Amino acid sequence: MIEALLSVLTGIFFAVAVYLLLSKFIIRMLLGVAILGNAVNLLIFTCGRIMREVPPVIGQGLDVPAGLTANPLPQALILTAIVISFSFFAFLLVLSWRAYGELKFDNTDAMRVAEPDDDTLPPLGY
Amino acid sequence: MNVVDLTFLVLCLPFLGAVVAPWLTRLLGHNAAWLLALVPVAVFAHFAGCSDAVSRGEVITGGYAWVPSLDVGFSWLIDGLSLTFLLLISGIGALIVLYAGGYLKGHPHQGRFFSFLLLFMGSMLGVVASDSLLMLFVFWELTSITSFLLIGFDHTREAARRAAFQALVVTGAGGLFLLAGLLLLWSVSGVSAFSALGPLGSVVRESPLYLAVLILVLGGAFTKSAQFPFHFWLPNAMEAPTPVSAYLHSATMVKAGVYLLMRLNPVLGGTIEWQVILPVFGAATLVIGALLAMRQTDLKLMLAYTTMSSLGLLVLLTGLGLPHAIEAAVLYLVAHSLFKGALFMVAGIIDHETGTRDVTRLGGLRGAMPLTFAIALAAALSMGGILPFIGFLAKEEIYEALTAGTVWTTILVALVIIGNALMFAIAFAVALKPFIGKKTETPLHAHEAPLLLWLGPAVLALTGLAAGVFAGALHALVSAPMASAIAGEARAVTMSLAIHIGLPLALSVLTIVLGIAVYLRMAQVRAAVASVLAAIGWGPDRGFDQAIRGLVRLSVAVTRRLQNGRLDTYMTATFVLLAVVLLVPPFLFGELASAPVFPDDVPLHELAIMAIAVVGLVTVVLAKDRLTAIVSLGIQGFSVAVIFLLYGAPDLSFTQFMIETLAVVILALVMTRLRLSVSDGRPFRQTLPDAAIGMACGLGLTLFLLKVTQGPFDTALTDFFNQYSKTIAHGANVVNVIIVDFRGTDTLGEIAVVMIAGLAVLSLVRLRAGSARRIADNDPAAEEASR
Amino acid sequence: MNSLILRAATPFIVAVMVLFSVFVLLRGHNEPGGGFIGGLIAVAALSIYGIAFGVETVRRAIVFHPLAIAGAGLLLSTLSGLLSMFFHVPFMSGLWVYPVILGQEVPLSSVMSFDVGVYLVVVGAVTSIALSLEERGEE
Repeated sequence: MIEALLSVLTGIFFAVAVYLLLSKFIIRMLLGVAILGNAVNLLIFTCGRIMREVPPVIGQGLDVPAGLTANPLPQALILTAIVISFSFFAFLLVLSWRAYGELKFDNTDAMRVAEPDDDTLPPLGY
Repeated sequence: MNVVDLTFLVLCLPFLGAVVAPWLTRLLGHNAAWLLALVPVAVFAHFAGCSDAVSRGEVITGGYAWVPSLDVGFSWLIDGLSLTFLLLISGIGALIVLYAGGYLKGHPHQGRFFSFLLLFMGSMLGVVASDSLLMLFVFWELTSITSFLLIGFDHTREAARRAAFQALVVTGAGGLFLLAGLLLLWSVSGVSAFSALGPLGSVVRESPLYLAVLILVLGGAFTKSAQFPFHFWLPNAMEAPTPVSAYLHSATMVKAGVYLLMRLNPVLGGTIEWQVILPVFGAATLVIGALLAMRQTDLKLMLAYTTMSSLGLLVLLTGLGLPHAIEAAVLYLVAHSLFKGALFMVAGIIDHETGTRDVTRLGGLRGAMPLTFAIALAAALSMGGILPFIGFLAKEEIYEALTAGTVWTTILVALVIIGNALMFAIAFAVALKPFIGKKTETPLHAHEAPLLLWLGPAVLALTGLAAGVFAGALHALVSAPMASAIAGEARAVTMSLAIHIGLPLALSVLTIVLGIAVYLRMAQVRAAVASVLAAIGWGPDRGFDQAIRGLVRLSVAVTRRLQNGRLDTYMTATFVLLAVVLLVPPFLFGELASAPVFPDDVPLHELAIMAIAVVGLVTVVLAKDRLTAIVSLGIQGFSVAVIFLLYGAPDLSFTQFMIETLAVVILALVMTRLRLSVSDGRPFRQTLPDAAIGMACGLGLTLFLLKVTQGPFDTALTDFFNQYSKTIAHGANVVNVIIVDFRGTDTLGEIAVVMIAGLAVLSLVRLRAGSARRIADNDPAAEEASR
Repeated sequence: MNSLILRAATPFIVAVMVLFSVFVLLRGHNEPGGGFIGGLIAVAALSIYGIAFGVETVRRAIVFHPLAIAGAGLLLSTLSGLLSMFFHVPFMSGLWVYPVILGQEVPLSSVMSFDVGVYLVVVGAVTSIALSLEERGEE
């Protein structure tokens, strides 16, 4: 059961990703996002069961794979997921860079533009 | 065109009129009223054509399937009850459109007003024509919404906005009650149309859910028909222009609740609950409304409170369950629509011509406005129940019904006499006092109203007179079919103008004498009521404000608690919940994974690469400088790539290698610029719980994954792809075939996302420095400049 | 970056990498490879080129704006899917033709042009990200 080993590894990936995401500092949260992407990919990969060293490629002159091969479906799902999570990682990176440039904060507690920390009530009239 | 399509078209006509109204008004000014009045006239003519058949006891139904799978139809039911309402709505509607043409002459938004008015008319026609329960609800809500628009028509004044909002909240909340009540009624009876409900009345009444149905339906009817204690929105609705007050808030919309009660009388009526709740609320509304009316000096408010009284009287009569009660309700309903509509329009004329509605500042207008005076007097005589107007017939019938001689009816008749006497006094305070006595100074120099203004009330007053004189025709065409429809059995109405000596006449005389006495001592009564109200010092109207403020405060408090603007709070909540969801249910339901069996034949290089991944992860967490963090991030990423390679996924591996390289490069590019410390700034007391949450999530997912992989594996999809990859899609690399062929649409979406991410990054990079801050400070000029 | 070795070697490396990326793209249907991987290899090539000679040089070299390339790729992929409409088969059904070019049977398909579109989107979008960040670094 190589899956058991990978399950533990995936758990460690998740634990580290969550711990980093709970930080108040955007740069550490970004590191967490990057690791979270890998963790999810490993999760999907392991769910599809593990098969060593036989890529899902059909041999020359055959119509179906000769023997057991690795499960192609999670691979197809993960492949696109890798590229998309990179795109979002890049977006988040640039977003936090610009936010830092504008606000001079890297602490999420201090970023209060959208949800200001004041006690004014909304208008009570009609 | 067959009859069904024609009726549908007629029901749609007001909505079509609403579309062209603004355009016509721009073209023709206030004279567009003459053309727009043709819409209700056409509706009136169509339904008047049905009256012959309906008076013979026929019921006209028709319609289309709307949501057939749910047994919801767009279907109508035209019997005596709905026909009377249809004729009142379209007939008075035509007069109101003309009146509005004169009243809002030159108003910049007159077209919009016509549009709202016709929208309301269409909705109201829909309410009374509906056979389907849900169709009634839809149109019911539409009347609430159009009423909101009309009350708030003068939206620059806060009072109008408040009144509109209040009316919407009260009638909208009632609408929700009604929806629940109708759905419950549907589920109890099993039918979704009023026409099919009739024979099922006993089923509904004997159901254990009867009381729930009744209370929910009454919640809708009482809010709409302004029964105490939900009455307060109606006087406030007088902020609307007078045509609206005359039309919606006296003649038609507020009677929707009464209509509903009458419609459901054969189904829900006749029980003890019905015969107690309705008269009690009705009587309370009648007396309280009349007393509150005494306190007012504004013509429209006086009329508004008497409208409330009249609605109470109608509810009382509908619920009474005695002979003559239904007949009395029918006569009074028709009479009220005629005289109250006319009186409201008269009040509007006085306001329009003199510039004030304060009854204490008005007097001696008979010389300047003789025609208006005549109309007002005719309407007031009808309201006072004096020969030969229809109001007389109604009042005689009411007293006929209430003289059954039990204790219950004796109490009710006393209350009705008080209410009627007060209303009598108000009628003449509105219709007589401004015209007689010494001429007073008014803001505008009073003179007779133009044709468009007096035409409507004149027609209504004359109709009230004609209905009284030709009582036989009235009963044959309107009263008897309507009363039969409400009672659910054939009823005849015989009341005529002929004086018949008896107890009802004596009570009538008593009412009039009392009314005259109150009229003569109006000022004292007003002061007395005012002092009592001042002593109470609180009413549902103030309660509404307090409730709304409380609601805002509550929602602010809840929002502050749940959404405090701190990202780490949201993150913590999310992950704690994740951990709970992953860990708690398996424990509760015994679904935990069995102890994992770790293989002992794992090659050393596989273990090594996993160990390297863990080392990379730990180093990311502990890194004290940027370079270490970036490199360690790369280490765990490349380790994942190697794992993919080892377990038969070369495509993933290559992609992961390239992506990790690029990620490290761009991270380095940005980090060198940010000059941020990557070391963890968390104090220890926060590190511990965070680490615990992280580990709980990790443990939860490990257990989840173990459980999944220990279970059986469904290879159906995998087998499908393996089998058809070559034979159908002509590709040997199954992964690639899935991406570009089997799941190509998915991939198309994904590359679109990649493209959008690229665009977003580019625009963020190009965004000029500082512009975001100015926008955040809400400086419109800066925002403009940054574009 | 002012390294003579890098500057001397880069043009060859980049040329080989771009060629390799196209090779990976085209063989993707039958061997490991495909549009995503090929695209990323090309991005790596262009990034190296940018580090060696500056972003402006890369922008001139690829002629079009990277996002224009990505947009063209998205359009190509969408059209490949829409092509099936003309043959009365569901959206995204693979269509194959086997013309003989220079005496050799060449399998061409809408699936392949779809994959080329994926390649172009990845090249365009990711290059755009990388170049815009490198550009800022030069300031």
